[in-house]
Amino acid sequence: MAGQITPIVMPKWGLSMREGAVNAWLVEEGATIEVGMPILDVETDKLASAVEAADAGLLRRRIAQAGEVLPVKALLGVMAPIEVSDAEIDAYVAAYVVPAASEGEEEAGSIFQTLTVDGIGVRYARRGPETGTPVLFIHGFGGDLDNWLFNIDAAAERSPVIVFDLPGHGQSDVKLPGATLEALAAFVLHFLDALDVKTAHAVGHSLGGAIAAQMASDAPERIASIALISPAGFGADINAGYTEGFVAAQSRRELKPVLEQLFADPASVSRQMIDDLLKYKRMDGVEPLLAELGAALFKDGRQTARTVDALAASGKPVLVIWGRDDRVIPSAHAASAPAGATVKLLDGAGHMAMLEKAHEVNGAIREFVGG
Amino acid sequence: MARKISMKMAINEAIDQEMTRDPTVIMMGEDIVGGAGGEGEKDAWGGVLGVTKGLYAKHPDKLLDTPLSESAYIGAAIGAAASGMRPIAELMFIDFMGVCFDQIFNQAAKFRYMFGGKAETPVVIRAMVGAGFRAAAQHSQMLTPIFTHIPGLKVVCPSTPYDTKGLLIQSIRDNDPVIFCEHKNLYGFEGDVPEKSYTVPLGEANVPREGKDVTIVAYGLMAHRALEAADLLAKDGIEAEVIDLRTLSPLDMDTVLESVEKTGRLVCVDEANPRCNIATDVSAQVAMNAFGALKAQIEMVAPPHVPVPFSPVLEDLYIPSGAQIADAARRTLAKGKT
Repeated sequence: MAGQITPIVMPKWGLSMREGAVNAWLVEEGATIEVGMPILDVETDKLASAVEAADAGLLRRRIAQAGEVLPVKALLGVMAPIEVSDAEIDAYVAAYVVPAASEGEEEAGSIFQTLTVDGIGVRYARRGPETGTPVLFIHGFGGDLDNWLFNIDAAAERSPVIVFDLPGHGQSDVKLPGATLEALAAFVLHFLDALDVKTAHAVGHSLGGAIAAQMASDAPERIASIALISPAGFGADINAGYTEGFVAAQSRRELKPVLEQLFADPASVSRQMIDDLLKYKRMDGVEPLLAELGAALFKDGRQTARTVDALAASGKPVLVIWGRDDRVIPSAHAASAPAGATVKLLDGAGHMAMLEKAHEVNGAIREFVGG
Repeated sequence: MARKISMKMAINEAIDQEMTRDPTVIMMGEDIVGGAGGEGEKDAWGGVLGVTKGLYAKHPDKLLDTPLSESAYIGAAIGAAASGMRPIAELMFIDFMGVCFDQIFNQAAKFRYMFGGKAETPVVIRAMVGAGFRAAAQHSQMLTPIFTHIPGLKVVCPSTPYDTKGLLIQSIRDNDPVIFCEHKNLYGFEGDVPEKSYTVPLGEANVPREGKDVTIVAYGLMAHRALEAADLLAKDGIEAEVIDLRTLSPLDMDTVLESVEKTGRLVCVDEANPRCNIATDVSAQVAMNAFGALKAQIEMVAPPHVPVPFSPVLEDLYIPSGAQIADAARRTLAKGKT
């Protein structure tokens, strides 16, 4: 009868997660679980998030206890219809073995590759199937490919996925191809050339959204569709307290309140997140590079480039997602979305909707990209 | 970033990258090239524990083997610093500093002050510190408090390869004299270190573990022992917050005070002898500035007030252990307000 038993396991978020700490269960034993329902809170070294049910069913057993640190794919709970006896569930739990990491995943280092494009080393990773039109994720100002922690695997279930660090960001070289959207868009197109990718679905966040829109307008044949999350380029306002504060912050104490503006819930900012960003900012050349980019693209709280009109003219399918509580680029800018675009405003999300409301964002992207 | 290297290699890489970046960065010390009378790189030893191995081949005009006279070459390094160079002087064991106290205390530490702010002395004096190496009483001391006591000097004592590289690069770029203390028992300790150059600011503590029940303040090798203690305490459901000071002058008291405001309990750990050490300094500042937050007595864990023993059995007993630190935490948790 074990076929009727459905395990709930520790998810793998992002490319380097190996284990997660169980914070709390959000549902009681005996609860009826629906697909997508948040069932327990798990914390990684990056961020805490809710594990959402992948299957529907009756929650019979909570196995993981709050405070436990468990490897990816460890058994967290068991769902089964009422006909399945407790003894059968006991037997299932006793026999459960955590599957080994799939091939090639043993070393976090082997997940990432480096490629030199226009003289700039780029860190990137490819996931998902070999064939199909890839989904290209483009992060924002000061971000890196880990911003897509909760989105990569969901997208990779159906399509090839490419994530990378923009020049001067993450672990790519500390060099810019130029401090304009045109230069950045051209660089990303050259990066796709180097990967031999002809056409991609672009998913862009914030500055990455403006880059994606610029790519669609400069090389429409290369972009199949565009999904934008809190994109730049839709209006003039941008929170200078964030963009300039991020560049200026020298310590944990200075950076924390800046980062809190990214999220609807300021408690999302973990010490690890602050430490990781300080480590990035303290690399030689990063601060002047960010200052140059910031001054060129959003000086004194005004965005210098408007990409939304060219995006509309490109005629590409457009999805726009915006957290209602975005304190960096106001969600009111969503009103400028091209006619015919799908627009989703998310409650309880700030500027980082793909992290804060991963389930909704993943669902919207899946529906939009299709396949 | 996924690359792991030892603390020793982190030091080597920091010096290499700074010499490549800045032509005024030079280095002098005993046996750092090939040893006196040696043929240079062919028989390169790279210092007493091989930290500088390979640097002479890359930067042949920037490393100088000196005679066995600490007072002479520490003085020469300080003079070069005052004349526009950025010298790194390697002094094998901090225990030998005694013969150069005038150069360090009266010259390097005072130039900026005595010359009305017009003189700068960007020298880094690197030296091994700490016990556990079976090197006996004259090669095992933790003399960090002596240098921390002197205004005009900066004092660094890292615990991880990441911090070591970033703090050493920052120390080389800093315009004041820095005493850079390297725990010899951590030289082989490996950790993630970016290949690119980066800095870690002087005067910023790290918090490698967060907790709400008790604050444990440590540095150097003791930061690792404090983390061991936190693991032991976690088995009893006690959440210890561990603060690694990283630099002792300037000292990041804000991070300590903020933590004590949260936990109300403090254990200060120091490998230096117990009188007038970093732990007594931190304890006094917490008692003065956060007395109201304390729920119980402050505990200190330090070696006894004796020289480092040569007997391995006694030496192991001399160095504070994770279990001793955990016991101290339990003592402060057993008393006082809840």
